Amino acid sequence: MDVSNTHLLDEAVVTTKVDAVIDWGREASLWPFVFGTACCAIEFMATAASRYDISRFGAEVLRFSPRHADLLVVAGTVSYKQAPILKQIWDQMPEPKWCIAVGACASTGGFYDNYTTLQGIDEIVPVDIYVAGCPPRPEAILDAVMDIQRQLKREAKFEVRNTDFKGKLDDI
Amino acid sequence: MTSDTMIKVTGDLLLDTLKSAKEEGYTLLLDITAIDNLYKSHPPMTRFELIYILRHENFKDVRSYKVPVGDPEIGVETITSLFASADWAEREVYDQYGIHFQNHKMLKRVLNHNEFVGHPLRKDYEITKGQYCTVSQDMMDEMKPLLKEKELDLQKDNLMVVNLGPSHPASHGTIRTLVALDGEKIVAAASEIGYLHRGFEKSCENHNYNQIIPYTDRLNYCSALMNNIAFAKTAEDMLGVTLPDRGIFIRIIVAELSRVIDHLVCLAAGLLDMGGQTNYWYLFNPRNNAYDFLSKLTGARLTNSYMRIGGMAHDLYEGWETDLDDVLKKIDFGITESLKMITHNRIYNDRIQDVSPVSAKEAIDYGFTGPNLRASGVAYDLRFSDPYYYYDTFDFNMVVGSVGDTYDRMMVRFEEMNESMKIIRQAMKRIPDGAINVPDKRIILPHKGCVYGGIEGMMNQFKLVIDGVKVPEGEHYGAFEAANGELGFYIVSDGSGTPYKVKVRAPSFYHLAAYPKIIENYQVADAIMTLGSMNIIAGEMDR
Ligand code: SF4
Repeated sequence: MDVSNTHLLDEAVVTTKVDAVIDWGREASLWPFVFGTACCAIEFMATAASRYDISRFGAEVLRFSPRHADLLVVAGTVSYKQAPILKQIWDQMPEPKWCIAVGACASTGGFYDNYTTLQGIDEIVPVDIYVAGCPPRPEAILDAVMDIQRQLKREAKFEVRNTDFKGKLDDI
Repeated sequence: MTSDTMIKVTGDLLLDTLKSAKEEGYTLLLDITAIDNLYKSHPPMTRFELIYILRHENFKDVRSYKVPVGDPEIGVETITSLFASADWAEREVYDQYGIHFQNHKMLKRVLNHNEFVGHPLRKDYEITKGQYCTVSQDMMDEMKPLLKEKELDLQKDNLMVVNLGPSHPASHGTIRTLVALDGEKIVAAASEIGYLHRGFEKSCENHNYNQIIPYTDRLNYCSALMNNIAFAKTAEDMLGVTLPDRGIFIRIIVAELSRVIDHLVCLAAGLLDMGGQTNYWYLFNPRNNAYDFLSKLTGARLTNSYMRIGGMAHDLYEGWETDLDDVLKKIDFGITESLKMITHNRIYNDRIQDVSPVSAKEAIDYGFTGPNLRASGVAYDLRFSDPYYYYDTFDFNMVVGSVGDTYDRMMVRFEEMNESMKIIRQAMKRIPDGAINVPDKRIILPHKGCVYGGIEGMMNQFKLVIDGVKVPEGEHYGAFEAANGELGFYIVSDGSGTPYKVKVRAPSFYHLAAYPKIIENYQVADAIMTLGSMNIIAGEMDR
């Protein structure tokens, strides 16, 4: 179904499924919350600037309140000190919500295998897409956004996601 | 070049000694750190020693003091009465080494979280031993004394306490400032850092010199190459080698380009915070062009890791002049367009003029360096006061502000970009042909042809990769004029290929320490602009 060209249909009636309409809406209006902490955040800035232009994928409405956002983009190193804050932000986001770990640090701790750094944010929050690179190029970040768009079409529409996830900071 | 002297003092004489040093003109406290001698092959009498590094007001001479610490629980007297910058510096030493400072008003952890047990930079703390933090501290232990000092009361004076950050778009990622507000006005503030503490210094003790280069990239990630150069140069100074001229010129070119890129991000983000989004496009786009040039040259856009101890990975590519020329033109265009929009713009001027001014004296007391210090009218730039790498032969000016307000801090950066581009253009004309690396087999990897073609080359490569570059035993403080100010590396070597200790003197650390004080009595919106204008980079601040 392509509802973007309704004028071609003239007066015709469009029949579709509710699911398809919701998908169509969600896909083109992901609102990211950028949890940018370090070097990767600078590359995210480049992704948002005009050359790479994330708005081509409908994800340019960067929200700085987690309550407005449905896509958490963790760009940068997350330390143990930062972890409770990350969790708090994730908990404040309304369902359904998705999460991208941008870069080696967010995915695995990167080359900071030491006393300060969380060895991957998936110890705290559930991650849908991991983006490799240190930092990943803006193209890779865009690709991750597109992956989420493809993924959300395959999912149940009205259910809370990741109910069985249990992070290290849950229940304390 | 620098008259670098290390003087030994005992703990009880420390305060008096530093007092007279200050009277002699050593007014800028650069850094305080400690050494844990636990694993030294010939350990001195005490396990811990404190290092105080000071700079003279002629901005050339550096003097260091070494203080043996008998019992870390007792520690030494604080020097916060002499230098405001000592406040956080001492807290850091306490946090990382567990050395006590008597009479320090707020001796608590600064980099590690409040639930952390132990002191990570002690040699017997295992590097991979992470500790989860479950809740963030509420910081009221810092706020309450501040309010008491000002004779304010939260209830009676109807004050509101608000967190600015750490996750806030204008807090640039990871800085938290707790403010007490009277309406829109900030009456007291306290900052918390360490959210991006990534254990740089501990990692250095576990990697050889060339392996540290990628870590230095991520200190000030807005100008990664400059950190590379500063670190490599310090190690080279210890080795007693200098690069061939072509190598030096390449370093000048990429360093100045990095300075421009750094300032571009700072201003683009600062103006964006103010609502000037068009400026963001104008300033950020040429930065992308610079990235294209750098990725062609080094293979990476942001974290270049281009330098090596004793030189760099490879020479410039063919046709670099045209590319770089093009980049400079685009940057020029971006700056001109952006300036057109703001120079006579009342919103811009009224919004940031006379906001959070820092006088010259205060700035030095706080340990400011770089553009933030120059904005306050202090003519200090290492490229002038203690020139390295032929900087004295280039025709460029030092940009100095007058009152040190937010406006000055931003405009100094605008002008500095033009000066840096002048240097790049001159260097492009003057760059000689020839070698780029020091001709020393003990430092630079052999040519790949020799490695695959002969046993000697292969052994040479093997030894260098496995053992690292062996830096002679000793201690050295090397300083470099980076985009944000004086970037110093204090390296202690035990003669092996891995440093015994590395301490970074990060300009942003001292800038942020002063931040809660200078935003007092201004509005929240002003504080946001002040933070933007100071260009705090969490990577180097928290290390
Ligand atoms: S993945 Fe690399 S570039 Fe990204 S935050 Fe970590 S160190 Fe920085």
